[in-house]
Amino acid sequence: MASSASKNSLLLSKIATNEKHGENSPYFNGWKAYDQNPFHPTENPEGVIQMGLAENQLSFDLVEEWIRKNPKASFCTAEGVEKFRSVANFQDYHGFPEFRQAIATFMSKARGGRVTFDPDRVVMSGGATGANELVMFCLADPGDAFLIPSPYYPAYYRDLGWRTGVQIVPVDCDSSNNFKITKEAVEAAYEKAKNNNIKVKGLIITNPSNPLGTTLDKDTLESLVTFINQKNIHLVCDEIYAATVFSSPKYTCITQVIQDMDCNPNLIHIVYSLSKDMGFPGLRVGIVYSYNDDVVNIGRKMSSFGLVSSQTQHMLASMLSDEDFVEKFLATSSKRLAKRHRVFTKGLEEVGISYLKSNAGLFCWMDLRRLLKDQTLDGEMVLWRVIVNEVKLNVSPGSSFKCVEPGWFRVCFANMDDDTVEVALKRIRALVGQEKKAQEQAQVKSTKKRWQSNLRLSFSSSTRRFEQEGVSVKSPHMMSPHSPMPHTPFVRAIT
Amino acid sequence: MTRTRPADPSTNRSKSTGGGGGTTVMRVIVPLQGVVQGRGGLVLGSLIPCALFYFLQLYLKRHRSNPNPPTPPPSPESESEQAGQLVELPVLPRSLSRALLSPRGAGGPVYVSGRANSVLKGGESPYDVGLRKVAEDPYDELGNQNGVIQLGLDENKLSLDLVGDWLVDNAKDAILGGDELGISGIVCYQPLDGLMELKVAVAGFMSQVMGKSVFFDPSQIVLTAGATPAIEILSFCLADSGNAFLVPAPYYPGLDRDVKWRTGVEIIPVPCRSADKFNLSITALDRAFNQAKKRGLKVRGIIISNPSNPVGSLYSRESLYNLLDFAREKNIHIISNEIFSGSMHGSEEFVSMAEIVESEDLDRNRVHIVYGLSKDLSLPGFRAGAIYSYNKNVLAAAKKLTRFSSISSPSQRLLISMLSDTKFIRKFIDTSRERLRAMYLKFVTGLNQLGIECTKSNGGFSCWADMSGLIRSYSEKGEFELWDRLLNVAKLNVTPGSSCHCIEPGWFRFCFTTLTEKDIPVVMERIRKISETCKSHS
Repeated sequence: MASSASKNSLLLSKIATNEKHGENSPYFNGWKAYDQNPFHPTENPEGVIQMGLAENQLSFDLVEEWIRKNPKASFCTAEGVEKFRSVANFQDYHGFPEFRQAIATFMSKARGGRVTFDPDRVVMSGGATGANELVMFCLADPGDAFLIPSPYYPAYYRDLGWRTGVQIVPVDCDSSNNFKITKEAVEAAYEKAKNNNIKVKGLIITNPSNPLGTTLDKDTLESLVTFINQKNIHLVCDEIYAATVFSSPKYTCITQVIQDMDCNPNLIHIVYSLSKDMGFPGLRVGIVYSYNDDVVNIGRKMSSFGLVSSQTQHMLASMLSDEDFVEKFLATSSKRLAKRHRVFTKGLEEVGISYLKSNAGLFCWMDLRRLLKDQTLDGEMVLWRVIVNEVKLNVSPGSSFKCVEPGWFRVCFANMDDDTVEVALKRIRALVGQEKKAQEQAQVKSTKKRWQSNLRLSFSSSTRRFEQEGVSVKSPHMMSPHSPMPHTPFVRAIT
Repeated sequence: MTRTRPADPSTNRSKSTGGGGGTTVMRVIVPLQGVVQGRGGLVLGSLIPCALFYFLQLYLKRHRSNPNPPTPPPSPESESEQAGQLVELPVLPRSLSRALLSPRGAGGPVYVSGRANSVLKGGESPYDVGLRKVAEDPYDELGNQNGVIQLGLDENKLSLDLVGDWLVDNAKDAILGGDELGISGIVCYQPLDGLMELKVAVAGFMSQVMGKSVFFDPSQIVLTAGATPAIEILSFCLADSGNAFLVPAPYYPGLDRDVKWRTGVEIIPVPCRSADKFNLSITALDRAFNQAKKRGLKVRGIIISNPSNPVGSLYSRESLYNLLDFAREKNIHIISNEIFSGSMHGSEEFVSMAEIVESEDLDRNRVHIVYGLSKDLSLPGFRAGAIYSYNKNVLAAAKKLTRFSSISSPSQRLLISMLSDTKFIRKFIDTSRERLRAMYLKFVTGLNQLGIECTKSNGGFSCWADMSGLIRSYSEKGEFELWDRLLNVAKLNVTPGSSCHCIEPGWFRFCFTTLTEKDIPVVMERIRKISETCKSHS
């Protein structure tokens, strides 16, 4: 049997047998650690807290309330069932017109109502995952490449390239300019790829960014649109976090930008989903919104490979066309995200952990460079293993986002309740204390090393406004009496 | 967003009007096109021998009235779509963006992928045209009596009322799963290859519809958003781009798209003949395999549909054993598509590939079954499909691939409750089969009365009718003409055999499960009218 199995595996395709699913990376190993030992406040208080999953659970109560108030939408009443016949048999890959209309309206609302969308351009797909892949299938052939500013979503590699054969060419961004995407960096990556005989078919941007939680400003977007227009390549905008913007600056979406620009709309494609903005990943609703007629046309035909269940379409059509509900939901969700972000980052500040200032997303881009023993990706992995296995927090290391600078970690904060956040913060505090001891020992060993890491630290501190002002540790809230900070060698170094 | 619409595509549809100026002239002039149009540039021009220039001048002198060769000949007149011209000729999509390119652009068209282009250029198949016509002008007994009647889509509306009734009685908690489950059990991330409870329920349902002789193990199930992605995922897992599957023809028109389009995998049809009642012969299979090999194609498996769609016939136990022997001998996979296994209306017994495999200890690894609830539970909208495989590696890969096409959780919850209600399911299966049988008999009797014979069918939603007596020329063209008249004169959307890759002309697939009994006389009357005009012509 065993021999027949191994013989048989030879019969499988490259896709089935290669490693391009990427699930052997730390990002997924962390998930496995969580799966094996999940935290529960009473039943398993020592378990791993899942902070690697960008899931938005802060406003479920509103959704639940709506479903209970509108049983018709999910056929839970006699009236609802009347609609059932037409729904059960509906398998047109265009989707229900009401559903597409509701999605178009929602997309507009999620972007502050500053732009509108045409329901006829809404193409359905199986989650943002399916949507991303679908766009790649439509735009690129095996071997073609897309530029993606790093750090970027870990599963891109798999979603964009596994079955399509498309390659990713990272555009490296780092903390020296707060991970901003510059036209120069994009241009350089493009030229480099070209010199290596790689055919670049386009650029993919995630706005708001996952993992950074930042949004792109209008100037950057304009310069990127100009760039892709000049090169005549595609621009795919992954805007699945559009409605998670919780503080200023205001969100600028690509639609808004191209409205005022002279550009070829055939090059612009948006990927959207309800998984983040509404917190509905289980519903598997992904959307491709393309300004290119061919992509709309072909994408629809490809929808068959990942259609949203008609029952779900029906339910969402009624839910999302309920304007009062949507407005209330979006406002509340944004408010709660802001609060959660504030609580979490304040907790980090109290122990002297800095992070990238952000205004969106379900996560925080945490700077633990000063806790690294080596400023290398290996050093990052060492720390990450401590965090997952000992501190028992599943956070995602920067390397899984292809971040070129070691020491950054993405921490998701919207998939848990307030109490769990407190537990997580407590554990982070413990981590800092523990690492501090280790660092002190290391410092005794090598003063030269300390000097180097000091340099790095002041470098990193420029990412925070209050530190830029040179008040760093003097700011009162950072001097919490519980904070171990003033005693750490790093603080001494800064001051 | 009107500004985003590209320029009127009609101006770009250069339908290669050709012909015009006489072929000998064309032959001479073609090598010189580059020069005449300035496309080749001066460099190229200077390379052309002087003698040819002289000839060209001579030619131009003589044919001054003849304008330049066929550069853009996009005469909108040639677009005039008569009713007969249904299959749109390939279009050239590339120029559509040119008009919109900004002046500072790099120039050149926007390229979509080769996959996208293949479809853009391929135009619509008769199968697609028919579906579109129904969508544009659907028959309605009261509202639109002259509309197109749908006989081209294999969905089952005969027993939907039963499911509706069940929902009235039970659905209250089916979505939110009562109070204990709550909303986060629905909208949050769930296992992408399906909830375990649903796998258990589907496994139970499969045993039930397939005659209870086989036990299906839920851990061997991967759930997908419909049978379409299930088949595609298996293609991705079992074959590389450029490899091939053998498929007995006639086969379901959508299979080409499902198997080939995005995977780059080929299908080699294995012709089955009316003389054999369209049953697959191992000889034909062997011949196809060897021919593929000669062409340098690597065959990775066989895809069968049992019951067959469109024929409705079943594979006998013996033929399944033969198939497995063949697969073993060639060391290839078998994908058995059994999505109609619960929709039996004949007297013969359905034998699942699973039953064959269970009886043999070896070789399970090469067998993969596709199942779905679209047909047997008549819920295509719910997008619930399943891969049932004996191969651990395939299951592992397929599980990962379901991230691109998993089932929405509210639908999973609803299906769990529905399938777990065994009393309801039993009643549903029985009633559904009864109605299917009644409808099948009525429909086939109607056709027989018009002198149209069908192959003996035991399952599925369609009958496979021999209308070769009604076609004017015994060829694909003759079949196409009849199909065109059925669609545009009789307003019946049926599927021509050629769309199913049938090598014998004149066969048609009629799906009868979207009709009500009252519709049958209307359909028969429309066919009668057509058949009379056919006969009067011949």
